[in-house]
Amino acid sequence: MSAGIAPVSLARERLNVALRSSTLIAGLAILTFWIVCALLGARIAPQDPYADNLLATLAPPSPAHWFGTDQLGRDILSRVIVGARDILIVAPLATLLGTVLGTCLGLCIGYLRGALDDVVSRVIEAVQALPLVIVALMALAAVGTSNTTVVLVIGFVFTPLIARTVRAAVLVESDLDYVAAAQLRGDGALAIMFIEILPNVLPIAVVEMTVRLGYAIFFVASLSFIGFGIQPPSADWGIAIAENYSLIGSYWWTVLFDAGATASLVIGVNLVTDGMSSVFET
Amino acid sequence: MITQSAILRFLTKRALLSLATLAILSIVVFLGGQLLPGDVGRAVLGPLADARAVAVFNHQVGADRPLVIQYWDWISHFLAGDMGTSFTFRAPVAPFIGEALVNSLKLAGLAFVLVVPLGIAGGVWAAMHVGRLGDRGLVLLGQSLGVVPEFISSIVLILIFGVWLRWLPMSADWPEGAGPLTQLRYLILPSLPLVLVFFGYVARVARVGTIEALDADYTRTAILKGLSTGQVMRRHVLRNALLPTITVVASLLGYLAGGLVVIETLFHYRGIGALIYAAARAKDFPMLEAGVLTVGAVYALASVLADLLSAALNPRLRTIGA
Repeated sequence: MSAGIAPVSLARERLNVALRSSTLIAGLAILTFWIVCALLGARIAPQDPYADNLLATLAPPSPAHWFGTDQLGRDILSRVIVGARDILIVAPLATLLGTVLGTCLGLCIGYLRGALDDVVSRVIEAVQALPLVIVALMALAAVGTSNTTVVLVIGFVFTPLIARTVRAAVLVESDLDYVAAAQLRGDGALAIMFIEILPNVLPIAVVEMTVRLGYAIFFVASLSFIGFGIQPPSADWGIAIAENYSLIGSYWWTVLFDAGATASLVIGVNLVTDGMSSVFET
Repeated sequence: MITQSAILRFLTKRALLSLATLAILSIVVFLGGQLLPGDVGRAVLGPLADARAVAVFNHQVGADRPLVIQYWDWISHFLAGDMGTSFTFRAPVAPFIGEALVNSLKLAGLAFVLVVPLGIAGGVWAAMHVGRLGDRGLVLLGQSLGVVPEFISSIVLILIFGVWLRWLPMSADWPEGAGPLTQLRYLILPSLPLVLVFFGYVARVARVGTIEALDADYTRTAILKGLSTGQVMRRHVLRNALLPTITVVASLLGYLAGGLVVIETLFHYRGIGALIYAAARAKDFPMLEAGVLTVGAVYALASVLADLLSAALNPRLRTIGA
């Protein structure tokens, strides 16, 4: 291994690949757009997203209201802009929680092995036999729904999935010489796991995190739609679709723009994921 | 050297592992339904209920007993076919689960009948054009469709086919006594979102399998032997390429139930997903636990069946000892 030179050129090579990846650029553009909407929210919305106007309910798209108005006469364009906020807080936090916990768990069971690994791996397999929406539904029915519980439940549900990926990477790393060297040096298990192995499995954890972020948005949106996610009076897209769904026959604009916003966000994250994995494969 | 008894041993081991997984799952589900709410009676009756009413409720449903005894009571009855009594309907849970499961299997069956050939065709096509724009586009399309939540694609499909074109009914709730063809018509729209979500998964596995098979020595031999492209594809490539697809279809079956929660609710369809959703809303824990465990059991059964099917179809395993 040519120490010193290799990492620098690898990083530069990765940056080159990243800049050439059109999917990554397109994904980042979409994601940045929604992050700006989430951050600035009401400040860039053309009208007050929460102001009722009972004289202009269910107005179709027009120059005054580009995306039309909803049942309470609220401007849908403004609500779509503001609606990016909650999902872009809840989903990334849940993903981060799952990644941190899952990486720690994966390091432990992958490095320590033994009975702990057997038991935890079995439980992970059992939980994987259930669709995540159902696990989340059950847990949220039991503990009650709020943004905090949604973050906790999705984070905990992701933990075993990320742990499984990290564990597989740790198993490979554990056989390498630098781990044996650290063991011979007399380093403790914790030091070996978090100082020696962690930096080497981190890229895998990061890629896994972006994959999970896509799923987290998928789940938060779906849970909000069925009433077990983000709660009103948030302008969240899933909630808006649930509230206006019964009007779909005559007032398509009350659901279509929120649906498009959700779709563009998940597809944007997916493009970033796709681009990221090709960058890390370099 | 693989022998038939080795295959049998492998399948027995897989079946036993599935049983162990189900046992652990039952504990997880039980704890989820009994322990997480803290006080079952309080969760069901609400924060304003009288403390004595809560105690009476807990005594009536047996929630005041030690957890181990409660679990044993629940699981032993469950295995005997008694899934408990619904809080909401004050009636045995099992008939509800049975009826809902049949309905869901109809919907899921239609979705699979549509998505498996489509996905395989897409995957094989992409593999034959690997690295080109069409391949890249199809992979990206499949991936993107796979991350769009089912309720979003449902909304778009309802708008197009239900509202604007008026080709298909917008709800899956068919009239009483409808024949199989009418039922099918009502099920097409609800099955399409599942098709869209799964297309990418099936296509991806079929694509990778085909690429590997195209690259394999036996394919080169078949081509050099002078077989036509069609014969090479049918007899040598596809047969090997499609094996992994079976496994992925089985794993999708487990995932499917999550999508069913949303789709069945959206289309007013009385399936297992809608049942689980309604039970979660009403805090009907016996119904919820039974529904969730049933979904897990169906998934375990599907993965064992997938193993059996793979073993039966694999040309390498089939010829040995025959």
